[in-house]
Amino acid sequence: MTTTTPTGKATSAATPGAPGSPGAPGAPGSTPRWRQRLRRADTRLSPYAMVSPFFLLFAVFGFFPLVYTAWVSMHDWSLLAGDQGWLGLGNYSELMQDKDFWNAMLNTFAMFVIATVPQLVLAMVLAQMLNARLRGATAWRMGILLPNVTSVAAVGIIFTLMFSRDFGLFNWVLGHVGVEPIAWQDHRWSSWLAISTMVDWRWTGYNALILLAALQSVPVEIYEAARIDGANGWRTFWSITVPMLRPTLIFVSVVATIGGTQLFTEPLLFNPGANSIGGGTTAQFQTAAMYLVQQAFTGQRFGYAATIAWVLFLFIAVFSAVNVLLLRRIRSAE
Amino acid sequence: MIATAALTAACGGDGGGSTSSGEKVTLRVSTFGKFGYTDLYKQYMKDHPTVTVVETAEGDLGKYNTQLIQRIAAGSGAGDVVAIEEGQVVNFLQSADKFVNLQKYGSNELKDNWLPWKYANATTADGATTIGLGTDVGGLAMCYRKDLFEKAGLPTDRVEVGKLWPTWDAYIATGQQYQAGIKDAKSHFVDSATNTYNSILMQSGDHTYFDRSDKLVIDSNPAVKSAWDESLKMVSTGLSAKLKAFSPEWNAGFKNGSFATLACPAWMTGYIKDQAGAENTGKWDITTVPGGGGNWGGSWLGVPTQSKHQKEAVELAKFLTTGESQLAAFKAAGNLPSNPKLYTEAALKDAKNDYFNNAPVGELFVAGAANLKPVYLGAKNQPVRDAVENALRSVEGGQRTTAAGWAEALAAAQKAAK
Repeated sequence: MTTTTPTGKATSAATPGAPGSPGAPGAPGSTPRWRQRLRRADTRLSPYAMVSPFFLLFAVFGFFPLVYTAWVSMHDWSLLAGDQGWLGLGNYSELMQDKDFWNAMLNTFAMFVIATVPQLVLAMVLAQMLNARLRGATAWRMGILLPNVTSVAAVGIIFTLMFSRDFGLFNWVLGHVGVEPIAWQDHRWSSWLAISTMVDWRWTGYNALILLAALQSVPVEIYEAARIDGANGWRTFWSITVPMLRPTLIFVSVVATIGGTQLFTEPLLFNPGANSIGGGTTAQFQTAAMYLVQQAFTGQRFGYAATIAWVLFLFIAVFSAVNVLLLRRIRSAE
Repeated sequence: MIATAALTAACGGDGGGSTSSGEKVTLRVSTFGKFGYTDLYKQYMKDHPTVTVVETAEGDLGKYNTQLIQRIAAGSGAGDVVAIEEGQVVNFLQSADKFVNLQKYGSNELKDNWLPWKYANATTADGATTIGLGTDVGGLAMCYRKDLFEKAGLPTDRVEVGKLWPTWDAYIATGQQYQAGIKDAKSHFVDSATNTYNSILMQSGDHTYFDRSDKLVIDSNPAVKSAWDESLKMVSTGLSAKLKAFSPEWNAGFKNGSFATLACPAWMTGYIKDQAGAENTGKWDITTVPGGGGNWGGSWLGVPTQSKHQKEAVELAKFLTTGESQLAAFKAAGNLPSNPKLYTEAALKDAKNDYFNNAPVGELFVAGAANLKPVYLGAKNQPVRDAVENALRSVEGGQRTTAAGWAEALAAAQKAAK
């Protein structure tokens, strides 16, 4: 601290014992000391002031809802009638034994895997292709982002029409190769596949662009050196590209985890008409977020829904941590 | 956010809802489906120059109900006048403090303007609070595709068609004749098991899943199981098109003949007309429903206490539910009035619907409505109904056996009733 100040003398004098020193100078010396303090306060406090907007916003829109949700989750809380009494962890123990909740968690997790794995692989391939010298590179790069700027409702509605039993595009195409019309909503596998397709349609291009940005920051020299050493394309990909992309891959997969856990609109729109929140006749594609909304607004069990929200939050936190640890191993394996 | 705060401050101090005369007031009416009020708003605004009425109409009832509950619970965002549907009214009665007590605005003196049970169903058990003024009742008839009946070699005249099915068993037998005659794998007799199931259940009278003390009686009320069995007979005999109500494919089915019959309440006639379109004028017709009469749907208008203009909103709700207005809504959207005085009036009794081959809709629906047995639906009717319907659909779609489906219906209902 002392070294940075150009007027080294004044600083070193003020720092050790200025406040209580008996032989303190009179009026002429007090002004610089006062200024000194102000400056010190400024260097100490202003960073906090500068980062405070985030924390203030987080307190209002993040922390408070989090705590309040925890409070609600410990009550028998009816949506309209309000607090009906303290339950402690009663909702939590009920939830642990709720087979509908675990069914929804299974659906969420399965659709996350079915959607995310091909999505990241495809995004990586696309990023590699876009990283090559292309005619009209910017147009291509913007083009793959287009599905992402399309409204999720539009994607959901149009894909649901394409997957419809009687007049859907997919069944029409399959019909040409002799496949009987599939009721996509009726089976677990088909509904998962259809919903994952919608998710991938929207997010593959977005992830490809992020990976592309990361790819371009990898120094060309490393590739050149590897090539001189005789490494083939596959080898450079695994030994250079993937490790260099590690932070980006962590980011992309954490974001995908959060998005996947909150999957809601696509499966909701996939089930149009009566009782769409139920996620199919046997809840075969009801996600955890849908189950939450169903409990809160159809079932009117606000406290129970708050419990689901908290358990989901914990799941996302743990899952993201596991994700980060796994992806760290990519380089430590080197 | 700041703008909202300023707005709230500007409107503050007006909690009682009394706005001095002459001040401009905008009233928001929230409805679902078709209420047929557009001309009535115009008339009201002409008579009340200081009032502007805007309507927000949601097409999907499920979505509407969720939004309304959300907004009522949150204490803001609901309209000044809101439509409350049959399935929700018991639910809202449990939080009657969230709605203006219309008795304070003299609703008791207007009581005779509604079927007695219609008024009672929007009043708390102690009789002290009324949260809604009746708009329409559903009534129940059977809509059928005349052209497809002809193709299948069945009678087409509505009186003769009605004679084919005095009971639901006879209706199923007719359906089997239809399937044999139509010789088209893409055309079925009925849209789905669930709609028929609900129609049969609502005919059984008094109560369905909950008794009047709000106890879940799904396993002991024989009406539920018999409606379940009867509707699944339609599936096992191959009569069902297995289309989910209000889905795009169901909507398209009105046009392209995926199904030949549909139990239809009065408000459904407007829906069919919209979905089937002008090019299908005269293809649909209406006759009596098996089992005679019944009810599906019907609504009330209420004023949430969160409204800033409660007095004006109540005035508007009263206006929209007068006999005259109900008749206007019937003409505009086909909604059957809940005002029994109208049932003898020629304008309703003799009304015909040209879209449906000039079917005597007044006569058909009024006859059913006059004999209506009020059905009590519990506060948790909607989640239980959703659960049972879903189980029914899973049997219809072949994902569960009948026995497993019924077991699931009981278990899911138990859980949803919590």
